[in-house]
Amino acid sequence: MKMEPSLLFGTPSAPQNNTSLKRDRGFWQSPMRKREAGYAYLGLLPWILGFLAFTIYPVVASAYYSLTDYPILKGPTWVGLTNYATMLSDDLFWKSLKVTGIYTIAAVPLGVVVGYGMALLLNQQVKGLSAWRTIYFLPSIVPAIASAYLWAWMFNPDFGIINGFLIHLGIKGPEWFGSEQWVLPSFIIMSVWGAGGGLILYLASLQGVPTTLYEAAKVDGANAWDCLLHITVPMTSPVILFTFLTGIIGTFQIFTAGYIITSGGPNNASLFYVLYLFENGWEYFKMGYASALAWVLLIIMLALTGLVLIASRRLVYYEGDEKGA
Amino acid sequence: MGAATSQSIPNTDIRRAGVSLSWSSLLRIVILYAVLIGGAIAFAFPLFWLVGTSLKPENEVFLFPPVLIPHPIQLQNYPQALALFPFVTGFENTMTIVIGVEAGRLFSATLAAYVFARLRFPFRTPLFVLVLSTMMLPYHVTLIPQFLIFRDIGWLNTFLPLIVPAFFGGGAFYIFLLRQFFLGIPKEYDDAAAIDGCSPLGIFWRIILPLSKPALGAVAIFTFMEQWNDYFGPLIYLNEEKNYTLALSFKIWQLTQQSGLGYKPQPYDRIMAIATLITLPPVIIFFFTQRYFIQGVVISGLKG
Repeated sequence: MKMEPSLLFGTPSAPQNNTSLKRDRGFWQSPMRKREAGYAYLGLLPWILGFLAFTIYPVVASAYYSLTDYPILKGPTWVGLTNYATMLSDDLFWKSLKVTGIYTIAAVPLGVVVGYGMALLLNQQVKGLSAWRTIYFLPSIVPAIASAYLWAWMFNPDFGIINGFLIHLGIKGPEWFGSEQWVLPSFIIMSVWGAGGGLILYLASLQGVPTTLYEAAKVDGANAWDCLLHITVPMTSPVILFTFLTGIIGTFQIFTAGYIITSGGPNNASLFYVLYLFENGWEYFKMGYASALAWVLLIIMLALTGLVLIASRRLVYYEGDEKGA
Repeated sequence: MGAATSQSIPNTDIRRAGVSLSWSSLLRIVILYAVLIGGAIAFAFPLFWLVGTSLKPENEVFLFPPVLIPHPIQLQNYPQALALFPFVTGFENTMTIVIGVEAGRLFSATLAAYVFARLRFPFRTPLFVLVLSTMMLPYHVTLIPQFLIFRDIGWLNTFLPLIVPAFFGGGAFYIFLLRQFFLGIPKEYDDAAAIDGCSPLGIFWRIILPLSKPALGAVAIFTFMEQWNDYFGPLIYLNEEKNYTLALSFKIWQLTQQSGLGYKPQPYDRIMAIATLITLPPVIIFFFTQRYFIQGVVISGLKG
């Protein structure tokens, strides 16, 4: 990590981070500071306007809409907490939560383990690293729509390659996306194909683990497994946490694959949460109910993030105070 | 190195240990490469199958058990698929969105990132925390009011709702990525320029931006991948076929092969032909810009 050059050479701008608390009230009064602050707000203006118009207003408005009945062509009428009460007895809401929850709980850890495993293998000084890396990484940049059709085709029960392969082994393959029982496993297998998405990050973090640690452990008689568990994983745990968190947020909001391949079927067995939100908003035009669903999604996301962060507090190791820059 | 040290020590025990070590390390290497090759086959196979199916004659597509290698290779699937697929329109529409978002993001995210990296002003830290916290916000929470705003100002069925927000901030992730990169540029350059009478905007334009080509490249590449891949946004905002992106056209086209009086789904060889064409641009871009791409991922994820 680079040192802040100003800290090394003690230029007048050096104290900017350390003494900000000790600044006297007149600090921002000096003309030079005022000018700099003026430029700063000018530069931030687009972001501030966007934040107000495309974040703050919509968040507040959707909270309000969630308390209304809002058929898209008419307009909102206040109904209090009715939408939330409806949700409690809405079987499809619970089904979509369950489906999305199962998918997330299976796909995210699997994706992290497979991606991290790839990185561990590629970190063993293999020959032709960039070729391997490309092969493992490439599936993660295939557009969602293309991979949706590709997997629908490979999992085709009658002519697909996967059941064709299983026949060779004497197994009659399931209906995959067409079966209530197999549709989620099919989506999960499909998601593992994209596990190489985290590879670049894992590799970079593995290369950052100081080799002296391994040498010291070897002197102490540690085997490869000990090194993995007690050095490699702890030293790279911030990156694992990062991909785990972003994985949960992304996976819980899966849409395209479900919309294209199954549209939630069969019998709502793959009715992912955002798909259900989309149906309410843009197929039944119930903007109020869709807003309530969106707010519940926000609360779930915050809760999940909080949970992961609390659970990880003991598990994640940050080296010194280097975090942040 | 191992060989050199064992030669310099005339002790047979150690030498024997060295030999057995090399046997076990040989075994380890064999297992390592076996796993790597097996994994590579598993991960590359779907791509092989994507392209392979797109080159098969239709009767071979539905042979069961499936044929691995197309025979004969049938390139006509591509013109046949494209005959009814509005590729040029779809490509133009998709690229309009891509270029618009690129312009907006490169303008507003770089500016915000520069301000956070370099300038001192009241509320800098709380504002930056606010920027980062918007990363946690699901797109779908802001979606409905945004949709209603754009409907009310008559922007539905135009590209504006997909492009204009990028000019107002450009996304927290990109601000963060760029700021991380800017922080690594030595501040002496700024100071020297400031002494020469350069304003903060001048420093941004003349010093920071020219030195940040790798980060700007990474942002441009990520944006391309993200927008090329986006399905939900266009699905919500575009509802006339002349405005459809490639991905939207794909779903419509796929269901509409004329058969007699009705429609039936397109055959899989043609579907895979279109899927291959849609997959190609991100793959080509990745091959040519790997360095920027990898650097960008590392900046955004490791230095957090």
